[in-house]
Amino acid sequence: MKSDLLRFDDWTSPVPPVRREVLQAMPAADEDLPPLLFVPGLGHGAWAFAEHWLAQAASRGFPAHALSPRAHGDFRAYAHDLVQVAASLPRQVVLVGHGAGALIVARALARYPARAAVLVAPVLDGWTTLGAALRANFFGTLPAVFGAPLRFSRRQLFSADLPVAEADAYRERLRPAGAKAQRQLVTHGSVARPVGNPPVLVVGSPDDRVVPRASLDRTAARYGGAPLLFPGMGHDLMLDAGWVEPIDAILDWLTKELATARAA
Amino acid sequence: MHDTPDIADRHDAVCVIGAGGSGLAAIKNLREHGFAVDCYERETSVGGAWNWRHDRSPMYAGTHLISSRPLTEFPDFPMPDDWPDYPHHSQMLSYLERYAKHFDLGAQIWFGTEVVAVTPVGDGRWDVTTRSTGGGSSRIQRYAAVIVANGHNWAPKPLVVDGYDGFRGQVIHSSAYQDPQQLRGRKVLVVGGGNTGCDIAVEAAQQASTVWHSTRRGYWYAPKYVFGRPVDQVNDLLLKWRLPLRLRQWLIQRTVRLTVGDLTRYGLPEPDHRPYESHPIVNSQLVYYLGHGRITPVADVARFDGGTVELRDGSRIDPDLVITATGYLPRFEFLEPELLDIDDDGRPDLHLHAFARRHPTLAVVGLVQADAGLFPLAHWQSVAVARWLRLRATDPVRAAAVQQKESVRPVRSWARQHTVPSTRHWFEVSHTSYLRALQSLLAELEPA
Repeated sequence: MKSDLLRFDDWTSPVPPVRREVLQAMPAADEDLPPLLFVPGLGHGAWAFAEHWLAQAASRGFPAHALSPRAHGDFRAYAHDLVQVAASLPRQVVLVGHGAGALIVARALARYPARAAVLVAPVLDGWTTLGAALRANFFGTLPAVFGAPLRFSRRQLFSADLPVAEADAYRERLRPAGAKAQRQLVTHGSVARPVGNPPVLVVGSPDDRVVPRASLDRTAARYGGAPLLFPGMGHDLMLDAGWVEPIDAILDWLTKELATARAA
Repeated sequence: MHDTPDIADRHDAVCVIGAGGSGLAAIKNLREHGFAVDCYERETSVGGAWNWRHDRSPMYAGTHLISSRPLTEFPDFPMPDDWPDYPHHSQMLSYLERYAKHFDLGAQIWFGTEVVAVTPVGDGRWDVTTRSTGGGSSRIQRYAAVIVANGHNWAPKPLVVDGYDGFRGQVIHSSAYQDPQQLRGRKVLVVGGGNTGCDIAVEAAQQASTVWHSTRRGYWYAPKYVFGRPVDQVNDLLLKWRLPLRLRQWLIQRTVRLTVGDLTRYGLPEPDHRPYESHPIVNSQLVYYLGHGRITPVADVARFDGGTVELRDGSRIDPDLVITATGYLPRFEFLEPELLDIDDDGRPDLHLHAFARRHPTLAVVGLVQADAGLFPLAHWQSVAVARWLRLRATDPVRAAAVQQKESVRPVRSWARQHTVPSTRHWFEVSHTSYLRALQSLLAELEPA
């Protein structure tokens, strides 16, 4: 894979700065653990992590932050924002991306040597995901192919275990992403290799109707591992009824990785 | 070679000399490639030249970047995007401090410790003699490799003119200029047409009673902004399109003509070289103050004579403060000159201005001058050094092949060939040509 030393895009037309929404939950005491920085996918905001995961991470000693992707932007701008927030934190950061946020993380990893990275239900295979979305929710997805905002159905995002009222309340909070970002999600080329060789974990659900199982395997293989699976859950692992299991597994993995690195 | 028992063997660890921007990048990138690192820093804090508290720092109160933010930041640790295009030196220091903290580099740095000697032991390893800056006994440690990042803007290049010693006015090097207070109400002569000389002439124009600016040759003075964008970003647009040098030179000449105008009208000499043949001078205000009569351009200094200064054209001026912005010379007091192939003029001859030609485990990071900021180049240099050392340890056969291949890389592919003859332009590079050369080297050093 080629590393890009010549960054004419950044040198000749830097991404314009914006005010970024960052939500956080801090641990009671500083335990010298790396900060976690969560970034959601299209439609979601930092609130999706503020519901459960930020507090859960903080309760286990990790400073936890979540960034909302900017309102009008493309993946270059999203990755720029993520690296900006990462670099503003006092220590090397663990990046956690969900859905299309995993693509933001993957792009940021090519720019910023993260401490570690977690890709949750990652949408890195654009075409495969589009096929799956068309199968699962044809009428919500088809208009998006022509540039209209993508619409998710309840069963794409959540399992039947989540009460319908709660699921619908979450869907109410989704905001349409720009047509350019939606297009890039499918048409983006291969993602550059991470700098600094961070450990990468892929997490997903075999019952996710947005990211097919085969796609999880492929993404995990690309980063040299196998996906960690949570059967029975929908695409939104951080909001679905069983949200505590994936975040605990992520934190367990991270704790182990940090201990291994310290021993080395 | 026999082993002396009091030498502490640090085995595979690498020694980095200096904790300025280049040294910090070296520590970070070496650690990322799995090396243990000991960094020695003579000062008690990071930042090198950018830390105004350091006695070797050339900073003055009004120092701002010459290159714009995106072309100056580390490629993997951007500056905050709400900072100005040309940040102040205090922002640069806080940036370097945050970089060191973010990547937890502090634990690897021995502050207040000076490197006094670096000697090869024979098998590619090095004995590094260090001493506490406050004095005390010295200590020798053995390292697998040494990376020199001691900066090149701290040893002032002396102004050599007749009558220097007998001059009755005050003469200081630009590195000793710190505050506009030093200029207030005085008759100031600024010697030197580089970026520092021009910046100080502009500060003097706002404070001093009279300002003369003496330059040896005519320069191309690029404004800091053209077409509403920082000038280096516009220049990179031309480089992105890979326009040939001649065309870029013509475009720059046209742009400067159209925006800045004819400089000889202000009494400045016509440039004696084409654009891109010397380090770019970026200054929007010099011409402004020339046009307001606050700066009088004068010829090169011929000699000092008691209370007056005689110029090459025979005229005389009577400054009471002379600031010599003559630049700096690289210095490596702790190394025998032949280790870096240093010539009689003090210039090292290094592959890619970084790798010692005859010592594969000795490298210098940050000894380049480019048409962009230094940190991106220092970053990729140190990545290349780290990968080189890694490959050398893991796959000596392939490392030898890379070395063989690199030895025939034509110098013109990465170094500027046509620069004005001066002691401070020899390590001038185009950041794009240079990074392309580093990119191809990095590809060769890729682990199999």
